[in-house]
Amino acid sequence: MEADTRVMDNNSSDIDIVVLTKGVPDFREGKVSFDEHGHLERGKTPTVMNPNDRFALKAALQTKVRSGGKITVMSMGPPGYKEILQEAMNIYADDLYLLSDREMAAADTWATSITICTAIEKLDPKPDIIFAGFKTADGETGHTGPQTSWALQWPIITHVVSIDVNLDEKKITAKRLVQGDIKEVETVEVELPCFVIPDPEFEAEYPKASHRLRLQNLTEETRERAISYEETLTMWDHKELNLDPDYIGLDGSPTIVGRVDPIPKAPAEREATIINFKSKKEMEEVLGVMAPFAGED
Amino acid sequence: MHEYEHYEAIVVGAGPGGAAAAAVLAQNDIETIVLERGVEPGSKNVSGGLIYAEESSPYTMDDLFPEFRKFATERPITEYKLHNISGKKTATFDLKGLHESDTEWCDSVLRRKMDSWLAKEVQGMTQETGGGLLNGIRVNGVLRDENGKIEGVTCDEIDPITADVVIAADGVTSELARSSGLMNWERPEEWFQGVKVVVDLPKVDNIFGLEPDTGIAHLFSGDLFDGVRGGGFLYTNRESLSIGTVFHLDSIMEKEAETQELLNKLITHPLLGQWIDEEYCELEYSAKLVPDSKKAANPTPHLDRLLLVGDAGGQMQAQGPIIKGMNHAVTAGALASEAFVEMRERGSIDKTGERYELKLRQTGVMNKLRPPMYSVVKAIGENKVATAIVDGLITSPIGRGAIRVIGNKMEKLYNIPILSMAIPDTSTPYVTLPTVIGEELGTVIKSKNSVKPPGLAERISKLSYDTDIGKPHIKLIDNSYADSGGAVTACPVSAVGFGGGCYRVEEVEIDGKIEFRVSLDTQPCIECGTCAVVAKTEWNNPRGNKGVEFRHG
Ligand SMILES: Cc1cc2nc3c(=O)[nH]c(=O)nc-3n(C[C@H](O)[C@H](O)[C@H](O)COP(=O)(O)OP(=O)(O)OC[C@H]3O[C@@H](n4cnc5c(N)ncnc54)[C@H](O)[C@@H]3O)c2cc1C
Ligand code: SF4
Repeated sequence: MEADTRVMDNNSSDIDIVVLTKGVPDFREGKVSFDEHGHLERGKTPTVMNPNDRFALKAALQTKVRSGGKITVMSMGPPGYKEILQEAMNIYADDLYLLSDREMAAADTWATSITICTAIEKLDPKPDIIFAGFKTADGETGHTGPQTSWALQWPIITHVVSIDVNLDEKKITAKRLVQGDIKEVETVEVELPCFVIPDPEFEAEYPKASHRLRLQNLTEETRERAISYEETLTMWDHKELNLDPDYIGLDGSPTIVGRVDPIPKAPAEREATIINFKSKKEMEEVLGVMAPFAGED
Repeated sequence: MHEYEHYEAIVVGAGPGGAAAAAVLAQNDIETIVLERGVEPGSKNVSGGLIYAEESSPYTMDDLFPEFRKFATERPITEYKLHNISGKKTATFDLKGLHESDTEWCDSVLRRKMDSWLAKEVQGMTQETGGGLLNGIRVNGVLRDENGKIEGVTCDEIDPITADVVIAADGVTSELARSSGLMNWERPEEWFQGVKVVVDLPKVDNIFGLEPDTGIAHLFSGDLFDGVRGGGFLYTNRESLSIGTVFHLDSIMEKEAETQELLNKLITHPLLGQWIDEEYCELEYSAKLVPDSKKAANPTPHLDRLLLVGDAGGQMQAQGPIIKGMNHAVTAGALASEAFVEMRERGSIDKTGERYELKLRQTGVMNKLRPPMYSVVKAIGENKVATAIVDGLITSPIGRGAIRVIGNKMEKLYNIPILSMAIPDTSTPYVTLPTVIGEELGTVIKSKNSVKPPGLAERISKLSYDTDIGKPHIKLIDNSYADSGGAVTACPVSAVGFGGGCYRVEEVEIDGKIEFRVSLDTQPCIECGTCAVVAKTEWNNPRGNKGVEFRHG
């Protein structure tokens, strides 16, 4: 049975939710800038919230609307990422955390996971669910989520398209795409705490009138809050997290990027052979190729 | 048994009727949820529109929303003229007397602006009761308990909801009114069809000689509409005009009139050339059915916990040329809520419907909607023989002579409210009389009109749609020409020979014989409701947020 959201107290923190987000270069047409070799010019390209993190935020918001609780949005990155957190708050956040200092810079997914994991363990109370976006638009590794969940020793559900949280039993039931394949959906049940990665196919569901009313109120509140988002922002550096600089940032990153290739142009999906339509022979060949597609006769 | 969410009150539709109902409920601290199918209130709505605040009415818009006139309306209407047109001549009557009779104020409005402003107010008020207003939710029918009694509503987007009272303010295409059996869509004679355009005109003040706090309404009747019973209007907004027509649906059907062409006859009439020219620019084309309360208003607009208010209950009064729908929707919405508040206090919410009906009678609203005198007029005058005699008399030398003798006293007669309330629904008042008045008392129109109105394809292409692909909201049940062919001309976005509209006629060969068949494509539909009455359809509103979206209304 789902909790009756209509009598739910707005400030009740039945469930603590963390959403991980990150900034990526804005790859949209007209925003992104490449040099003559086809390499991304980070300085000239604005940074935006990783587009897939939107689904993580929506899943978190659905959980809050339907089961109550609190949503903390966390990111690791340069101080400029504050605005990424503001962007997230426009979708929904109760409070914001930015893990930022020089020592954390240039971290790979491993060092990032260690840093985030430490920050999560420092949160009080500890979260019941962490949502993260399905791979980032720049790195495309999809590693950070699973590595963080491994570091926390939590179960992880990926490619999630719908979720239902059962607070009484401290369980989460999720529908997920098997192998990321849209045609095969499986339902899994996992105990909290757990790590959830929504798929871009994720759809928030609000079947009750009260859900919609609450969604409307929460959305209004968060937009209001986002205007002066710094009031709810906490910044943590490596000292506050009690982290050894040798194990984080560039120094703590085992990954060595061998080479960065320019983004290739999309290949043509079809091959074309130029033929002379006046040549009977060539035309017959074409007809021969087409005949099997034309049906029985 | 299901456990559904329960609210004390559900209001369906956030037009003037729903907004008024919700305001009174919220003022009385009743937990109220308002469900609106549009992306925003007003996005589905069309009015001429002049909103009246009647002195005799127990509730007016500004009683409930004190800042209404400041934020939601266009301009006060301070002049009211009726043009009796005959060919190139017109006799203009000043109907200020009629316009001002029982009128506290009257403003022109555009519905998107008006309704969305009201919605913000309603949202705030109802949120405080623990409810609120939800957009994009289409109510698709009533929810009945195990004894068959109405206890709530069912929706496309969310689970059913139960309530102590359900106020249906879902307008002329009310699905609640039909699914409860309180209204039907069978007789064209119970309806008008209103078609209108909003025309961009930043220099309204200069052209009409107005101040920001004055405005003018021009009405048109006579021989310009091919004998179809009805008339035209032109109302001044702040920086635009609303130009439109309202015709009896049975007359449209009888004459097989193309409604958008009738509107074009008005737009291109020489008389309008004094105000509009080749720079004419239409912002929006729209249409809606309009109930004729004299016939359509249900005297007992309630069943179990369901109460109908406004157009949903047929409460739209045509008082001569004056169209009063919004004001009655406001009054009825407020009275329905008041009835619930009182009955709840007495612990007998089951009597809410009866109480509401009583209030409609006691406050005189029902008498305005269904004037007792009209039944007399109807009995004597609304038949072909009587109409032929009267029309014959008026057009005869004797009649014409009499009109000449009466002369400008005719204007006085037109200004008598009680007469305007009981006009017979015949060609006499709409066509014959104004035409003869125009001929006998009129002066020649000097202005020329160079406007070329856009065609249907262009009008449709300017509208915004969010089409529910693969899920047409109207289904044609009978595609024979005899049963559904009338929609080809009556549908405001269809026309004979036009391939881009909703209804089309196709020739098909059946057993070697050529027959006409009707086909329907709902994509360009503007949800006016006309074909629900004139064709054999299974008519539904599109689901929430889908379909046409009016920006002016
Ligand atoms: C061309 C024209 C000119 C007119 N001129 C005037 C005039 O000058 N003065 C005047 O007073 N009146 C005029 N009217 C009539 C007037 O528009 C109506 O009488 C008035 O709008 C009725 O108000 P209402 O609140 O009952 O319904 P509406 O204003 O129609 O509101 C109904 C609301 O319910 C919503 N709704 C409908 N179905 C559902 C559903 N299933 N689920 C959820 N929501 C739903 C709609 O989206 C809409 O917001 C005119 C009408 C037309 C067409
Ligand atoms: S299809 Fe029917 S409801 Fe739609 S615009 Fe035409 S007549 Fe009106």
